[in-house]
Amino acid sequence: MMKIGVCVFPGSNCDYDTYYIVKDILQEDAELIDYTVRDLDRFDAVILSGGFSFGDYLRPGALASKTPLAEAIVNFAAKGRYVLGICNGFQILTELKLLPGALLPNENDRFICKRVNISVENIYTAFTKELEEKETIVLPIAHHDGRFYASEDVLEEIEKNNQVVFRYEGENPNGSLNSIAGVCNKTGNVVGMMPHPERISEDILGGLDGLKIWHSLIA
Amino acid sequence: MIYNKIMKKRVIITPKEGILDPQGRALKDVLNEAGFDIKDVRIGKIIEIEADSLENLQKMVEDYIINPLIEDYEVL
Repeated sequence: MMKIGVCVFPGSNCDYDTYYIVKDILQEDAELIDYTVRDLDRFDAVILSGGFSFGDYLRPGALASKTPLAEAIVNFAAKGRYVLGICNGFQILTELKLLPGALLPNENDRFICKRVNISVENIYTAFTKELEEKETIVLPIAHHDGRFYASEDVLEEIEKNNQVVFRYEGENPNGSLNSIAGVCNKTGNVVGMMPHPERISEDILGGLDGLKIWHSLIA
Repeated sequence: MIYNKIMKKRVIITPKEGILDPQGRALKDVLNEAGFDIKDVRIGKIIEIEADSLENLQKMVEDYIINPLIEDYEVL
């Protein structure tokens, strides 16, 4: 059984949904982790869930990235353990520089909440190994700041290194460069994604595509 | 007794050149609609902050406040 931590920052609001998925759907050992925690030794994986940590003050994820827990996650990731950032969690991971790029306000400056088609671009990460390359999955997005941006040379590098994990298929909802919806670090143990797999992992919620992400983690 | 001199500064943060600023674009569109001839509007933020040295101020701004990938700043 895996020990999976779900990070709780002030303003996180998908933390209990994620905790529920890990505990009740995956039936793994789940634990909520307070943002003041510094010791992550007992965990195999940590998930930074969605929400508005610190009210999105300054920039989404900026203040959360300066907390003791965020600093502990840098060391945790360096040991090769698994880290997934969803939505605000993705924003925190870019602010922490564990992942390349930044997430800017959507091109239309509106909050977008809808289901989108996502193309799976990299199946060699801790969170996509149960998926098929170029498989299309349907996941919900719900964000105001999801426009992936990186400088030209960084963008070129992450494309070359196969660090693009997910891409919006068809319409690009937020103006992300290269339609990028999720990226990983060079070693594939840290993944960030704007879509919310925890919101689509049960029949009653209208789909199961999110489960493929979770099953990859525990496979 | 020696007191540290506390200075109050304003840090002006703007989106880096070349980065689309949707709020600025919306304001520009409204101004042009109103008859002004505006090419570009950028919306950023101002942070008033106290520091005991310029060195510390720079450290705070660069390490904790801005994201240099997407933002520029100046101190007034």
